[in-house]
Amino acid sequence: MSSNLIALLYSATLQTLYMVAASAILGTIFGLPLGVYLATSQRGELLSSPWVNKILGLVVNAARSVPFIILVVAIIPFTRALVGTSIGTDAAIVPLTIAAIPFIARLVENAIREVDAGLIEAARAMGATPLQIIRKVLIREALPGITLGLTLAVVSLIGYSAMVGAVGGQGLGDLGIRYGYQRFMPDVMLAVVIILIVMVQLVQSIGEWIAARVDKRAPRNRGR
Amino acid sequence: MSGTGAPLREAGATIIFDRVGKAFDGPGGSRVSALEDVSLTVQPGAICGIIGRSGAGKSTLLRMVNGLERPTSGTVSVAGHDVGNANGAALRRIRREVGMIFQHFNLLASRTVYGNIALPLEIAGAPAAEIHPKVENLIARVGLEALRERYPAELSGGQKQRVGIARALATSPKVLLSDEATSALDPETTQTVLRLLSDINRDLGLTILLITHEMAVVRDIASQMAVIEGGRIVEEGATYDVFAQPRHPTTRSFLGGVTGLTLPAFIAGRMQDHRPDGPAQAVIRVTFAGDHATDPMLANLATELGIAANILAGAIEEIGPHPFGNLLIAVDAARGDEARTYLERHGLLTEVLGYVV
Repeated sequence: MSSNLIALLYSATLQTLYMVAASAILGTIFGLPLGVYLATSQRGELLSSPWVNKILGLVVNAARSVPFIILVVAIIPFTRALVGTSIGTDAAIVPLTIAAIPFIARLVENAIREVDAGLIEAARAMGATPLQIIRKVLIREALPGITLGLTLAVVSLIGYSAMVGAVGGQGLGDLGIRYGYQRFMPDVMLAVVIILIVMVQLVQSIGEWIAARVDKRAPRNRGR
Repeated sequence: MSGTGAPLREAGATIIFDRVGKAFDGPGGSRVSALEDVSLTVQPGAICGIIGRSGAGKSTLLRMVNGLERPTSGTVSVAGHDVGNANGAALRRIRREVGMIFQHFNLLASRTVYGNIALPLEIAGAPAAEIHPKVENLIARVGLEALRERYPAELSGGQKQRVGIARALATSPKVLLSDEATSALDPETTQTVLRLLSDINRDLGLTILLITHEMAVVRDIASQMAVIEGGRIVEEGATYDVFAQPRHPTTRSFLGGVTGLTLPAFIAGRMQDHRPDGPAQAVIRVTFAGDHATDPMLANLATELGIAANILAGAIEEIGPHPFGNLLIAVDAARGDEARTYLERHGLLTEVLGYVV
């Protein structure tokens, strides 16, 4: 493999990392509160508001039903309005984030709903406001589950980021298609696949390590 | 645990339930009534035990004191505040005056012993400088100094409930609510937790309202009690009086287990309500109250009247500072009235339960 190709692989890896990191952070910024709200706005819950909950749930489901590649193309006008172009890594971050938000929201919602209702009752009995209960009880107690959910989301985003290559999004996926497939360079394809595998493994291991660190539910996980 | 000076009785608050009712929407538009017309006053500094079977409504009643449940009729007041109609910030302020402990402890798994006890103070917005000494003080009070940095998963049930108690006391409440706090604990641990609650009541003078399905818990620490059945209070009064003279069948069935009120099966099966012709034995329940509990009355009965009593069941115990006993005896039916008159003249309570041939 020529040094030219190695330079290409290197910059494609950085582009993928940039797209995944940016969309994961933005997706969490919007998805986490949305997930918390989905979990707490159900009938009889802390912020009980069943109608809003139902409508938001529909929107989230609708967003999740659109195949990612369709989403990328469908929101091109929106992407262009937002970042000025529909090509390149910055443009790719828009559909990646749009796809990440409902996904992360559902994962966060599930993790929050796992929290024992007795803890919410105890916090209410202490005179906590709903916001205090969310911050000090729900999010903190659900943190191991939220961490694992975000890990899953990041792994999915790595896969999605390869797809935006097809519409000029750059990154590893783009490199694999253009060089590995269209120019028939199997060594590039192999390198791309190996880098993606290593990336996913690292993300998964780091995610599980963090989740274990914040999980105090079993004595074996005692950490300081 | 310091017992210096007079108990701070004024620290406790009065709890008043006034004709409280609670109805839920049932299936098919019907209304299901969980509580009906419940009136009860808990004196400041008292320990009041509410006993009932599961589903009797005791849990709903307890949760009304801190507004976790709202009455659909009547009023609930704590230290003069109308809890049932309080909302928002006013309700949260009342809740900080009312601590609560739970059957399953409800500790945050993600926080240490210290962190769990600090939580109510953080919620109340106390400055850090104020939180630290207070939490240290509470940890010492419940004897968990060595476990300060442990997580709940590393504690035993009794230790978790101690954390729960310390947490409930963090905001210096006037009332402590106990929701079956010892039901998940073994008998020995139950005793130490009850002792801790007693000590806290004595030292801090706060009012304790507890619900339980175990009569032994009421006997061991409650000064006042109420029996609840089907959403109504069927009997209430000073614990000692209720134990000495239970009137309602539910109360008696609860008492059976703890005060020797249960007849042996071979006698219970042969009991009849009316005195049969011919020789028979009268089964009499004798309650030894107060000072008489320690007098050898049955021996006196034998020596003075020559009536021999056959003891069928019995127990003598203490309710608060008072010795208290219950005996089930059988005497010759022909002399039953004579025996009862003698015993009652000496201050005992008697009741004929039936006759056996």
